[in-house]
Amino acid sequence: MQDARSVRAYMKSGQPYVWLTAGAIAASIIITVALLLLTMARGVAHFWPADLVLASYQAPHAQAQPVLAEFRSSEEVTSARLKNAGLPVDEAQDFYERILLKIGNRDLGGVDFRYVISDWLVDRSTPADAVVWERLEWGNLHGFLQSVQFDGRTIEGDEAWERYRQAQKRASALRHKIERIEKKEIGRINYQMEQLRLSERRLEIDGLSRADVPEPYLALDARRQELDQSYALLSEERARLYRALGRDSLIARTASGQEVSMPLSKLVTGYRPNDMNLLDKVLHWFGKLWEFVSEDPREANTEGGIFPAIFGTVMMVLLMSVFVTPFGILAALYLREYAKQGAVTRAIRIAVNNLAGVPSIVYGMFGLGFFVYFLGGNLDRLFYPEAGPAPVFGTPGILWSSLTLALLTLPVVIVATEEGLARIPRSVREASLALGATKAETLWRVVLPMASPAMMTGLILAIARAAGEVAPLMLVGVVKLAPSLALDGNAPFLHLDRKFMHLGFHIYDVGFQSPNVEAARPLVYATSFLLVLVIILLNMTAISIRNRLRERYRALEH
Amino acid sequence: MNKNQSAADPKTMTHPQDTTQNSRAIKIETMQRERLSTRIEDEKIALEVDNLNLFYSAKQALKGINLQIPENKVTAFIGPSGCGKSTLLRCFNRMNDLIEDCRVDGQIRLGDKNIFDRDVDVALLRRRVGMVFQKPNPFPKSIYENVAYGLRLAGGPQKRRDLDETVEWALKGAALWDEVKDRLDDSALGLSGGQQQRLIIARAIAVHPEVILLDEPCSALDPISTLKVEELINELKRDYTIVMVTHNMQQAARVSDYTAFMYVGDLVEYGNTDKIFTSPSKKQTEDYITGRYG
Repeated sequence: MQDARSVRAYMKSGQPYVWLTAGAIAASIIITVALLLLTMARGVAHFWPADLVLASYQAPHAQAQPVLAEFRSSEEVTSARLKNAGLPVDEAQDFYERILLKIGNRDLGGVDFRYVISDWLVDRSTPADAVVWERLEWGNLHGFLQSVQFDGRTIEGDEAWERYRQAQKRASALRHKIERIEKKEIGRINYQMEQLRLSERRLEIDGLSRADVPEPYLALDARRQELDQSYALLSEERARLYRALGRDSLIARTASGQEVSMPLSKLVTGYRPNDMNLLDKVLHWFGKLWEFVSEDPREANTEGGIFPAIFGTVMMVLLMSVFVTPFGILAALYLREYAKQGAVTRAIRIAVNNLAGVPSIVYGMFGLGFFVYFLGGNLDRLFYPEAGPAPVFGTPGILWSSLTLALLTLPVVIVATEEGLARIPRSVREASLALGATKAETLWRVVLPMASPAMMTGLILAIARAAGEVAPLMLVGVVKLAPSLALDGNAPFLHLDRKFMHLGFHIYDVGFQSPNVEAARPLVYATSFLLVLVIILLNMTAISIRNRLRERYRALEH
Repeated sequence: MNKNQSAADPKTMTHPQDTTQNSRAIKIETMQRERLSTRIEDEKIALEVDNLNLFYSAKQALKGINLQIPENKVTAFIGPSGCGKSTLLRCFNRMNDLIEDCRVDGQIRLGDKNIFDRDVDVALLRRRVGMVFQKPNPFPKSIYENVAYGLRLAGGPQKRRDLDETVEWALKGAALWDEVKDRLDDSALGLSGGQQQRLIIARAIAVHPEVILLDEPCSALDPISTLKVEELINELKRDYTIVMVTHNMQQAARVSDYTAFMYVGDLVEYGNTDKIFTSPSKKQTEDYITGRYG
């Protein structure tokens, strides 16, 4: 009796609800933080140079195999499972520790990851001279430096490593130069050649044949000749650089004693993780991190960086903001300020709210059908007949992607703006009208500025939604690998017809479409973390703008 | 009139920084003496209300109002809440147009023109008839931009120097210049309530209206700010025709020359303020003034 009363009193005091609500918010915060920490730990740790362990893998009744590998992860596995997998385990022991090793040398062994049983991995050591080489192809090479071919001389022994480092630095510099020539300069020439071809085609379509009006053709020819000349110069320079790059090579010895000859032109970098102190490792880690965010991907996106994906994501979101903001604001303005409030506006409002609930892939289908095929196709027919049959805008691209996402996020902007407009006090509108302002002047000079923080809120929500969308983009413009960015040095600089890479799609692609699952896994985490970072950064920018506007147009506080 | 005098008493109410209180308080009293003899028939008429009926959908809010507002005088509307005095005031610059289902018949003549005529430009009308609201409602802009707002709209002087001059003139006219001249670019929302209300008056006079409508201009202000605004009203009537609504009968008695008492949409009594307050001719008016209801 006493107890029941005190329980009731406790319930009545409201204390349990405080706990309940506080618990809910605590759970949300913990989940968010855990998500960030997990993706960060799994992703960013990947760039830390792990020790290379030299050991002998001695399975029962089998020949010992030497391995030189990084430890990736380990887990406890029941012996029954291992037995099922065909391993000769002792069933008396219930559990075995299984280790995932990154053994590298995919060109030699066919795989670069393998699972081993910890108990069978014996004679472990971490030799200081074990080297990890990152290669342009075939993933990492694990081994020992045997000798270096440096400028025609063969160098062995202690001096070899120093020589190799020098040669590698030179080779990397040369490769960067070649890359610049190929991507930037030759890329520009190719772009201009293509423009010339299109101009010529355009002339033909317009009915001006070379025989009738030779002048424009001659001008084009002259320009083409110029380009050919500079191309010849560049390709000569490139050939020279390639010859210089091919000068040096090295011979490495793998753990099993196999000798591998490697031209330095195929190597990105080489380091001895067992010989690095903490500072070296930290520097190496930052270097890898920087490479990850600043470079193009290699090897089917499982190596290298993800810069084009970051760039594409940010640019697509910015373009979407440019489309959705004015459109949403105008729609909200009409709905709230001009339209006669009644059944029709109510119906429109319900429709707009429901648009926010349409699955995003449906927007993708709409974008493909309407924007890409209908709008893009007609644009091509009207303005780009010379490019045919290749489509310009009649194919998925960043313009259509951002328009599709603008459509997707439009309801959010409309609703937020409408709420903002509704919150402007009547007294301020009347003040403006009483001074002889018309309705339009009042809207433009007083109401819109005061509602701008609400519009920013709408934009923030729109960005948060758009930056994470992947499904519709797969239909309207995103690709696994985009050869060039949508913004570059070739006039008109902004190429809205181009396809682009996107972090969200990159995660899907690397995680599910990759030929090398184990190599891709940490990259999936790292990319996820980066996607979250990018979204946070975009949001923070918008939020800081909103706060500034709020400060300026602080609602009248009485 | 006891309360009235204590409110204006410089000893109890003077703001420490304000040294001009004394002389101004005296001036109010001399004006009160002067107005005893004035009669509406002798005045020049600025606004003439002719058989005005106003309906909010089916409900009639003003019933056949006939009224003449004299030029360069302060006319006060008093009456209990809901009697239609604000509604009547808002007819003068057609702010009631903004309310849906609001219908007016009858005339209000400004000069010789009926302001309800079809060819009247409402924006122009509102420039001639300015308005100050119950709560100060500055725009969330700088002090300067608040005053310049109407000027920019009117397409008047657009050069910075001309604007500067008019803004200064308006702020001086509203007795605010000395307090804000060093911070014209600060937000108007940082001003005190009384300063804001004077800023609103400056904003209204900046466009040179003929009539200024004050809708309970002091109801949100403290006594000191109220006093300042009342003094300002006394100053302003030299150049403008002022129509005000007030709940505060002492205020009506202090500042107005003519008073109209309204009750449930009817204009009950209208005339010289002193006469209304000392010897009302209607029983209703007397009951209200002596506090028997309302």
